[in-house]
Amino acid sequence: MRPSPARTPLIVRLGQSFDMRSWQMAGLFAAFALFAVPIMHLALPPDHPLHLSTYFITLIGKILCYAIVAVAMDLIWGYGGILSLGHGLFFALGGYAFGMYLMRQIGRDGSYQSDLPDFMVFLDWKELPWFWVGSDSFVWVALLVLVVPALIAFVFGYFAFRSRIKGVYFSIITQALTYAAMLLFFRNETGFGGNNGFTDFKRILGYSITAPETRVVLFGLSALTLLGTLLLARTLVTSKYGRILTAIRDAESRVMFIGYNPLWYKLFVWTLSALLCAVAGALYVPQVGIINPSEMSVANSIEIAIWVAVGGRGTLIGPVIGAFIVNLAKSWFTVSFPEYWLFFLGTLFIVATLYLPQGIVGLCRKLRAGMKRDRHPLAPAAKGVQA
Amino acid sequence: MNAIDLPLNNHDNPDWDSGTAELGHLLKPGELDLSHKVILYLEDITVSFDGFRALNKLSLAIDAGELRCIIGPNGAGKTTMMDVITGKTRPDEGSVFFGQTIDLTRLSEPEIAHVGIGRKFQKPTIFENHTVFENLELAMKTDKRVWRSLFAQLDSAAGDRIAETLQLIRLDAQADRLAGLLSHGQKQWLEIGMLLMQEPKLLLLDEPVAGMTDEETERTGELFLSLAGKHSLVVVEHDMAFVKQLGSKVTVLHEGSVLAEGTLEEVQSDARVIEVYLGR
Repeated sequence: MRPSPARTPLIVRLGQSFDMRSWQMAGLFAAFALFAVPIMHLALPPDHPLHLSTYFITLIGKILCYAIVAVAMDLIWGYGGILSLGHGLFFALGGYAFGMYLMRQIGRDGSYQSDLPDFMVFLDWKELPWFWVGSDSFVWVALLVLVVPALIAFVFGYFAFRSRIKGVYFSIITQALTYAAMLLFFRNETGFGGNNGFTDFKRILGYSITAPETRVVLFGLSALTLLGTLLLARTLVTSKYGRILTAIRDAESRVMFIGYNPLWYKLFVWTLSALLCAVAGALYVPQVGIINPSEMSVANSIEIAIWVAVGGRGTLIGPVIGAFIVNLAKSWFTVSFPEYWLFFLGTLFIVATLYLPQGIVGLCRKLRAGMKRDRHPLAPAAKGVQA
Repeated sequence: MNAIDLPLNNHDNPDWDSGTAELGHLLKPGELDLSHKVILYLEDITVSFDGFRALNKLSLAIDAGELRCIIGPNGAGKTTMMDVITGKTRPDEGSVFFGQTIDLTRLSEPEIAHVGIGRKFQKPTIFENHTVFENLELAMKTDKRVWRSLFAQLDSAAGDRIAETLQLIRLDAQADRLAGLLSHGQKQWLEIGMLLMQEPKLLLLDEPVAGMTDEETERTGELFLSLAGKHSLVVVEHDMAFVKQLGSKVTVLHEGSVLAEGTLEEVQSDARVIEVYLGR
């Protein structure tokens, strides 16, 4: 960034962090999610060729949440060089926190017609455990979604980064962390519904959770959150902070010896990333209608890394593309050839790692640069992909 | 004497109010005290790795504004000494003081950078995926906490400083190139430029002219000589022609301690030095 005589206000900087074409794309996407989708789902009759089914809304809404997670993962992995294989934990924690609210909204409509959630009645509990207090308030639960996963990430990250745990060791520890959390949540005594988790939701803020209007609103919120995440991430990686973050990725000792403490730089992006995952989890649960400990399984977290690798890490749109391609393929495979899905996923990961270091986005850039070079044979070769 | 901004408070450092009290001058915590004209003290430093003594009761003092060359055969402990000064390695025994009052063994690497010590590594270490301009921008002396970096914007004074340094290291034409595309010698110069952007009081330079052409080496020597006086420099070097050009006091390290000290001619005629370099 070149010096400017006056300070640019933050709101202008936010606006400037997307270029004209990105804003046009963002506008088109928002118009599609907020106007076209509701009209095509609610106003058009089911037999109309442009009608969007509930299946479509739920599937794409779910993938929008995954895309937020992918961008959050890219911030720490692609820009910070920190590979987390436990990011599903923060996604699940956000989902569980919001799920508590959804469980309380069931009220007395559960199978046991009790004020307590069904699984507590089943365990013969007489009152809510202390950590469920206040969970009937949307505001309190929204606060829990933002604070609890971020706090856990902060504390874990503080000790891990302070001990200078890096690379594959860090990845393995995050894996162990999410696995341990999964085992904890599998236990009935933990107070989160054991292996069944939370399901059979009825209402959100008093509105029926299965009503088409509610689905459309949740879909729109997910789309807006994804856009907000992209804008925030773009502002972050183009700021001086972002340049220091990539510098830590490339030459951490140099960063230390010019006076930056990598601990706080890593901790900030790590905590922010966890927070974004938690928000995505909270948006995911009401759309999918269930949250259980399998969301914390190691395989889920590895899949997040695969979305980012396939789409292109170190680019922000890449992870979104990756999340869409892999998950659309997954929903097709698991219906048509369920037994081959994991083979396909593994192959995809190997191909992306071996032949597409910058993922699909990198491939597109290479092709475009190649076309330009063909037209101007004397033009210098394109610079490496900028961090 | 300049106040040095130490970002983290130094209240748990009890050494700042002892030591120079007899002179009666007031001193703020974290401020560099050069009242004895010495900027760096190493006293009886011992560092062992798995029983191998990399440094063995090493004692050394660098004067403020001095240019000092350190030579010695491989394994003499030169790089370990730099690691100790910059906080990368903690000594098993001994003390390291910056000025009269700042105990470097209690500070972390970033804190040591903030009190005014810059280090150039043996292998040029720059940010290869950043432009030359950005490399200098990141190194520039400023508040380096996360919150500041999030909202930091370059003002024109900072832009001027970067432009000046770009000219000094003769990379002004390369400002927008990725640093990874520079030649080896240019990378060395960029790293030196980054050091200067930090405005350090003391520069530690580990083999700064390795891989440079003769002309580049000579220009580097001129640069260092022009910096001495305003800054203190410690240069570790194998290139004797370069050491000769600098014409400074030379310290010879051997097996982790000081073998000889003096002008280059003096140490070159020292019988023990000859023995160490030529074998017995």
